Amino acid sequence: MNHVIADLSKYVILALMAVYTVECYLILLRKEDNTSSGIYVRQIVCMFLLHFLGFAAICLETGDPSYIVFYGFQELMLFATIALFRVIYPEADRLVVNNMCLLLCISFVILTRISYQKSLRQFVIVSVSAVIGLFIPGLIKHLGFLPSLTWIYAMLGVGALTVVYILGAVTHGSNLSYTIFGVTFQPSEFVKILFVFYVAGMMAKATDFKQVFVSALVAGLHVIVLVLSRDLGSAVIFFVVYLGMVFIATHNYLYLLIGMAAGTGASVVGYKLFSHVRVRVTAWLDPWGNIDNAGYQVTQSLFAIGTGGWFGMGIYKGDPSSIPYVEKDSIFSAVAEEMGVLFAILLILVCLSCFLMFMKLASRIEEDFYRYIAIGLSITYIFQVFLTIGGGTKLIPLTGVTLPLVSYGGSSVLSTVIIFSVIQGLYGIRKKERLLDDDYDEDYEDYEEDEDV
Amino acid sequence: MFKVRKLEIILTSLFFSVLMIALIVNIVIYMKRDSAEAINNNYNNSRQEIIAKQNIRGRILSRDGDVLAGTNIENGQEVRIYPYRNLFAHVVGYAVKGKAGIENSESMNLLLSHEKMSDKIQNQLSSAKNYGDNVITTLDVDLQKTAYDALGAYNGAVVVTEVSTGKVLAMVSKPDFDPNEIADIWDGIVADENSSVLLNRATQGLYPPGSTFKIVSALEYYRENGGDVSGYRFNCSGKYSYEGCTIRCYHGSVHGSEDFKQSFAKSCNASFANVGTTLAIPSWQKTCKELLFDCPLDTPISYKQSHFKLQETDSANDLMQTSIGQGDTQITPLLLNMITSSVANKGKCMVPYVVDRLEDHDGNVVRQNHPAQQCVTMTEDESAFLTELMRSVVEDGGTGRKLKNDNYTAAGKTGSAEYSSAKDDSHAWFTGFAPVENPQIAVTVIVESAGSGGEYAVPVAKRIFDTYFGIAQ
Repeated sequence: MNHVIADLSKYVILALMAVYTVECYLILLRKEDNTSSGIYVRQIVCMFLLHFLGFAAICLETGDPSYIVFYGFQELMLFATIALFRVIYPEADRLVVNNMCLLLCISFVILTRISYQKSLRQFVIVSVSAVIGLFIPGLIKHLGFLPSLTWIYAMLGVGALTVVYILGAVTHGSNLSYTIFGVTFQPSEFVKILFVFYVAGMMAKATDFKQVFVSALVAGLHVIVLVLSRDLGSAVIFFVVYLGMVFIATHNYLYLLIGMAAGTGASVVGYKLFSHVRVRVTAWLDPWGNIDNAGYQVTQSLFAIGTGGWFGMGIYKGDPSSIPYVEKDSIFSAVAEEMGVLFAILLILVCLSCFLMFMKLASRIEEDFYRYIAIGLSITYIFQVFLTIGGGTKLIPLTGVTLPLVSYGGSSVLSTVIIFSVIQGLYGIRKKERLLDDDYDEDYEDYEEDEDV
Repeated sequence: MFKVRKLEIILTSLFFSVLMIALIVNIVIYMKRDSAEAINNNYNNSRQEIIAKQNIRGRILSRDGDVLAGTNIENGQEVRIYPYRNLFAHVVGYAVKGKAGIENSESMNLLLSHEKMSDKIQNQLSSAKNYGDNVITTLDVDLQKTAYDALGAYNGAVVVTEVSTGKVLAMVSKPDFDPNEIADIWDGIVADENSSVLLNRATQGLYPPGSTFKIVSALEYYRENGGDVSGYRFNCSGKYSYEGCTIRCYHGSVHGSEDFKQSFAKSCNASFANVGTTLAIPSWQKTCKELLFDCPLDTPISYKQSHFKLQETDSANDLMQTSIGQGDTQITPLLLNMITSSVANKGKCMVPYVVDRLEDHDGNVVRQNHPAQQCVTMTEDESAFLTELMRSVVEDGGTGRKLKNDNYTAAGKTGSAEYSSAKDDSHAWFTGFAPVENPQIAVTVIVESAGSGGEYAVPVAKRIFDTYFGIAQ
């Protein structure tokens, strides 16, 4: 009987996710600020039911009701996050908060299923991140000097990456992290944000050739240190984010072309120069022929997705632990295996709706620095989603990056919470702009809509 | 006041949206097209074991619905049973102590259940297992039995396929074993290093093709002479010498004056050695590639690649030996059957397959396999030419004359492949099809260490053709 309920829960979870996703896009399509709060509440209800059913299935399948206590703490934390954001930052976007919490719900369910220890640890980090996240929008709104720290961002970023590289080189590993006061950091996750701030600062100052050239050198420096540290996924993300930001800031299609050509050239050189790049490409082209070594991870990931099928094996019914690094690089495949490919596709759509929401915000911020930050962080987020899911489904080579908010990993989740919180801060900036320009605000809106058509 | 330029933002949003859509499309394509094959991989064993706890392994059935493999519950234990015992040993295979045959290639499909949701829920409520899907093969019990009996006590293999589709109707390999007892006999088989009882000789046995390779030599000669061999004459004195090497006809026969067709029908080694010396090796290599030597096959049946090893640097002796099917050339009965089928099928080579469809427990079709073309091995003109040569082997008193009868016409080629320089023994080959006018099935037979193909392999093929055409024996 218990198993029947657990089995049926996967269909209900899928239905809840479908309703949630549809509402994401309904909100996206609406005009700013005239969404009634009913739709957000419905999303929250879907999210909480999904979270509850996920843990109900875990309790039923394991026969261990004590998971419900863990669930209770999670529920409390998520509820507090949603409520506090609403109270402290009424101008914050409720869809962005909802999406963040939904992704965390999914993460809690799947991580608890894979490893209770890791899930517990993740929960602590998420709670700390949420507290940190609550301060960030206020800081963004009130620290007026942020745009002027351009070179500080770059120096901090390159410095942190270089330290990792040197430490890694000394220990002859590809260690991407270091430990301070017992807490392990993966700096590239945070440098991503600093890097966006740096490029935004540069582009806000000027967009002439000299400025682009100098920023390109600094961006290149970031990328080279990352490639040397064997952190290919981050290297590609930095590159794409830089290209996107410069393109939007300069409106210059030539930069886009040059950038793409440079990217292609760099890929070829990287392929020739570094064996670890070649291994990834070989494994991507023919994972089945290299199933014993380089292709093992991606084939295990494909087994998981394929065996799970459209509706999934059900929680605890699959074998996600057979995928190497499942809780980090391949969490998407674990979700697909046990919760179903359809659920996983909806998850992709939710991630996309986050990105579109960020970009919609970007298009409405008037101050360059903050607009560029919105754009940079949007691209950082969505491209990382693309890399990790594309790698696990053999669309592109595996790069070993995490699925933001869903994967296990303290640095990853903290940095993503920071990204989402900075975005919330930008909604505050936007609000401030609108208050200043109150008089012609309505006219401006109309003008803007006309231009779209 | 200033306005934000939005075009680039919209373009960027579109670009990343397209990337996300690409992710989804890629996953859907994988699920629709590749996942079924991918998840059946042996490396996915852990998940198969998980599913086996929920579902009962489905049955493997003949084309007419006879159970070739099923699962019985004995004392609460699931036991895999094979009612026909040794008869389908290699092609159906086994599912304990590793897996082989259809039990291996369809393992995941046998375990997955497409029962109705209501039944599945009912099963769960009563703690019963779901029924896995059934595999309906293309195999025909009568033909399989005929082939099995006709091979008798000899080692060897038989492959019978439907020419127009590539459906495998029968596939026999001997020596064989009883898959019901595989767990008990396993240790003995593994301990004996010389034992090849588990090997499916029909698809994985590599044999010298002997005179059956004259089909290939004849095709190559026909191609190199612009499609006209009418000028060819040879006077056989029982042997042929060239650059100090001599090729003799089988058992010292003397064939006298003969044209190309007669050389083929009588399987004259001397004449074909003579033909071989005129052939251009690069072109010959190309023809063999087109006939799928040293090429991967699209078939889901596990097989070994056949080899054509002749090089331009090889000696005249190698050249002549190769042209009569001795030398280093190695072929599986499966590939010889595919080549024969493509001759019968106007050059179109179909992919051999043994699983017709998957059905759920209630008989609803889950997946239907369709015939697929592997390649075109030759032109229609070339296939007509080879058909005529092969017809004369049977119908004009050639080496396959034992197959001649009043009920149907047949075409084929015999072979007597010497496999050891120390012994005078030879493997008896026959490969052919019937009826000549409207070919339906292709039969390939090898009888190991028996003697000449005409004496030992042709009668086996005849019994199979007779059974197929419903002729009382």
